[in-house]
Amino acid sequence: MSFTLGLKCRECGREYPAEPVHVCEFCFGPLEVKYNYDEIKLALTRDVIESRPANMWRYRELIPIDSEPTVGLHNGFTPLVRAKNLGKELGLNNLYIKNDSVCHPTLSFKDRVVAAAVNKAREFGYDTVACASTGNLANSVAAHAASAGMKSYVFIPHDLELTKVLGTSVYGTKLIGINGSYDDVNRFCSEVAAVFNWAFVNINIRPYYGDGSKTFGYEIAEQLGWAAPDNVIVPVAGSSLITKIHKAFKEFEGLGIIDKANSKIFAAQATGCSPVTTAIKAGMEDFKPVKPKTIAKSIAIGNPADGYYGIKVVGQTNGWGEDVNDQEIVDGIMLLAETEGIFTETAGGVCVGVTKKLCEQGRIKKDEVTVISITGQGLKTTEAVEDHLNSPVVIEPKLSIFKEIEKDL
Amino acid sequence: MATVKIRIPTPLQKLTNNKDEVNGSGKTIKDMLSNLESDYPGFKERLYDDEGQLRRFINIYVNEEDIRFLDGEETNLNDGDSISVIPAIAGGLGKQI
Repeated sequence: MSFTLGLKCRECGREYPAEPVHVCEFCFGPLEVKYNYDEIKLALTRDVIESRPANMWRYRELIPIDSEPTVGLHNGFTPLVRAKNLGKELGLNNLYIKNDSVCHPTLSFKDRVVAAAVNKAREFGYDTVACASTGNLANSVAAHAASAGMKSYVFIPHDLELTKVLGTSVYGTKLIGINGSYDDVNRFCSEVAAVFNWAFVNINIRPYYGDGSKTFGYEIAEQLGWAAPDNVIVPVAGSSLITKIHKAFKEFEGLGIIDKANSKIFAAQATGCSPVTTAIKAGMEDFKPVKPKTIAKSIAIGNPADGYYGIKVVGQTNGWGEDVNDQEIVDGIMLLAETEGIFTETAGGVCVGVTKKLCEQGRIKKDEVTVISITGQGLKTTEAVEDHLNSPVVIEPKLSIFKEIEKDL
Repeated sequence: MATVKIRIPTPLQKLTNNKDEVNGSGKTIKDMLSNLESDYPGFKERLYDDEGQLRRFINIYVNEEDIRFLDGEETNLNDGDSISVIPAIAGGLGKQI
């Protein structure tokens, strides 16, 4: 059963039927899915959600597909980890990590958006899916296409981390590296999308795709005992996730599933690619695009499609935006690993580093419930830390030798 | 006054008799867009909001470079430049619309 009422332009309000379109043909504003919240309110309660399996489809009514999902059935419902050790380091008593570095099946939050997009693409009758990606989306589109028995084309910048490349091609996708940055790839893909009749998950399927990431927010609220946190720190790349987490809390509030959604939303970027946080700090309504230069390649988007709305959400919720440099990103990755035993990728290092700054600035208070969004897996970006870690000490298998060196380890 | 080629996104091709590329002229981007309105009436309403600002979700490129990295609407044009008008959201041209 469908709980959607077509698409609506976020800017001018013009309405469109539920088709594979993403841009308002009049004002070029982004289209978003309109939901029938009255019906959803009758169908979706805390009890109903709790009775369902632990995956993202427990919020099925709020994901914009019409029929039952047929692919990506086990995605989501990742752990919300109470981070006492990291909290101690940062001076926070109620710190949590929402850990999508272990999201099934490709270890990033992109498995949520792709699950929504590929199911929708199937409903539209496509046999081929495609995407422009900084790596995580590439992995996820390739994997889901394989499992759905669909063809896939994945376009990436030519200089991605090796593991992100291998973790895409292994699924038998057609992988194309583009000479240029992600922004070049993205613009090129818009031209490809205009000529080939494919489901480009982050282009013509974007309204449906984006709403898959709302499940990240629903889960946080459910896992906190049906309550929105005081603060959420979110990595910003295309700036969609940050708006969808906010939307998730607001929807739950509107449906009466949680009481209040007053979370402050904080944007986290790498200093080498910080159009959104720069605009927030300068009090600007919109961002100025930049040419990225950062080790945090997964979030190196200089011209974020939803940047304007990300800035707006941060402003509306009394949040803030901060950014950290490459060294602080590495420090963030290592701090999370050493305190919580969670190895995240560069985007996660950005979030940890930014949280530290926000604490130092007094923007996050020590007893507030704070959630750091960890959206990707460290094993995919080992290049970022390899020069900062000690190599193993190699010795002969002799106890006497080990005793000698043990004290220096 | 430079003569340039302008690539038209699908949603605007109704204004150009379904042509995906048209010739334009002007000293700057602003000039060129204003001349475009005389040749193909209706463009201005689609590209500018009620306050006369270029719409937020339209990006314009000169020879593949976003004009926000150049001088915005005041960017000077040279003969033979190639201009693209592209919806900002995911850089999409949107085939079906």
